[in-house]
Amino acid sequence: MKTSEAAGVRLMRRRYLKQTIFFTLVRASALLIVLALGGVLFHIFYHGISAISWEFITRPPTDSMTKGGILPAILGTIYLTVGAIAVGLPLGIASAIYLTEYAKQGRVIRLIKVGINCLAGVPSVVFGLFGLGFFVIFLGFGSSILSGSLTLGFLILPTIIGAAEEALKGVPQTFREASLSLGVSKWQTIYRIVLPNALPGILTGSILGIGRAAGETAPIMFTAAAYFTAKLPGSIFDEVMALPYHIYVLATAGTHIEATRPIQFGTVLVLVAVVLGIDLVAIVIRGYMRRNKRW
Amino acid sequence: MAANDIIRIHRVNFYYGAVRALTDISMQFEKNKVTALIGPSGCGKSTLLRLLNRMNDLIDGTRVEGEILFEGRNIYAPQVDPVEIRRKIGMVFQKPNPFPKTIYNNITYGPRLNGVSAADLPGLVEQSLRQAVLWDEVKDILDKSAMNLSGGQQQRLCIARALAMKPDVLLMDEPTSALDPISTAKIEELVEELKRHYTIIIVTHNMQQAARISDQTAFFYLGNLIEYNKTEKIFTKPDVKQTEDYITGRFG
Ligand SMILES: Nc1ncnc2c1ncn2[C@@H]1O[C@H](COP(=O)(O)OP(=O)(O)O)[C@@H](O)[C@H]1O
Ligand SMILES: [Mg+2]
Repeated sequence: MKTSEAAGVRLMRRRYLKQTIFFTLVRASALLIVLALGGVLFHIFYHGISAISWEFITRPPTDSMTKGGILPAILGTIYLTVGAIAVGLPLGIASAIYLTEYAKQGRVIRLIKVGINCLAGVPSVVFGLFGLGFFVIFLGFGSSILSGSLTLGFLILPTIIGAAEEALKGVPQTFREASLSLGVSKWQTIYRIVLPNALPGILTGSILGIGRAAGETAPIMFTAAAYFTAKLPGSIFDEVMALPYHIYVLATAGTHIEATRPIQFGTVLVLVAVVLGIDLVAIVIRGYMRRNKRW
Repeated sequence: MAANDIIRIHRVNFYYGAVRALTDISMQFEKNKVTALIGPSGCGKSTLLRLLNRMNDLIDGTRVEGEILFEGRNIYAPQVDPVEIRRKIGMVFQKPNPFPKTIYNNITYGPRLNGVSAADLPGLVEQSLRQAVLWDEVKDILDKSAMNLSGGQQQRLCIARALAMKPDVLLMDEPTSALDPISTAKIEELVEELKRHYTIIIVTHNMQQAARISDQTAFFYLGNLIEYNKTEKIFTKPDVKQTEDYITGRFG
């Protein structure tokens, strides 16, 4: 009796020790991630802040893009990102609704899901070439906001489908049953009950897509981005400058690569700010939708 | 077979994939009566109940054989729209499942989507909540979320929500199993009251509950209907030994 009690205590102690070690490791890795993120942000901020001025964000570039501002690129990136969401979100939600609510689960659906996952892993330059071949040339949209938004929309589609599928599956089956049992049709059940309850989750997942759409260079290089244009876009058929491509150009293709370092970092800083700004809008919308949506 | 049977089940088999959950069931449900379905867990009570408003349609790979006639019409005939059946045959679930909406909007959700005019909604809300004996408790908080109500109140709200569709039949699947004794008593009283206007079919785990509130009782075992008779008879002198064993607590 006594020996077994002592053994029990030893076991508890060993467990406690294991737990402590494990928690410490987990905490350390979490801290590492935060430090890495902080380091990157600090680096960008430290080198870029000197370039930021009112003129920088409200004027077009001048003197072969070594002076002046980046307004056309800021607007271009906002247009392209919003355009990508406008393409990707409805398509992604519709696909996810089909996959989770309508399709009979089986081999074909599994295959489609594998396909979507593969699509997520396709290098973005491939999307860029597809956009060039299909939207720019075949459909004749030219290098434009429209072509760029469509290309980026397809790029973020797998992310949004994935997020939407998870969010739809997260809506309790009991809500669907309750609605259907009241003689409400399947489509109305999805539209009135399932979708509103899934939207906050869909937005959360889509925020990842927003960052990707705003930050990618390769997909817009052939489909939307102009090397330089002081003119602000007048329609969706216009070419635009875009922040990531502008950074790429300044850092690799200009004749004053060293001289424009501060502008490069300033542009990166603005890009980060724009992405965070769009995320913030999404988060606010989500918060608004979440009120009253607890279960 | 009495003329006032509202639902008749004729030689029904039901399968989940290859597994048969109900075997050759034939029975009828009388109008404006309370029928209790009893039997050990897994004997097919919920399955049978969900057959009556075609909720089993939602599960992939299920199959029905035989006929279920509602007011003389086979609800599994190909041209029948399950949505229309569910308007007439309402359901209350085991766990209260209000929508994450206001109390008011929980009640109006079904009627609104089924074409009840906006002017009629406030009256309908009050009437349904009164029928479910919840009106006095919630009349001042109709615009508050239904999720804030207690479990018993939520279940009565779900009953009110079903009643707002003015169904002919109300199916209840162990509606009190998640509730405390006081809420349970309230719902039992409510059932007594409701049978004046509705046909009620209730699954219950609780023998006393079946004995207290039902007119007819059906005992199921392993997917078979073992005995179906007046509740009084089932609980005093059942014809089948298995029934007696079950109600006296010798198994299950
Ligand atoms: N969705 C389902 N898929 C497969 N089998 C099921 C499903 N639901 C119930 N069953 C099976 O059908 C039988 C009857 O279940 P159920 O009707 O829920 O019983 P009860 O309500 O009497 O406890 C059980 O053996 C159960 O395992
Ligand atoms: Mg059950």
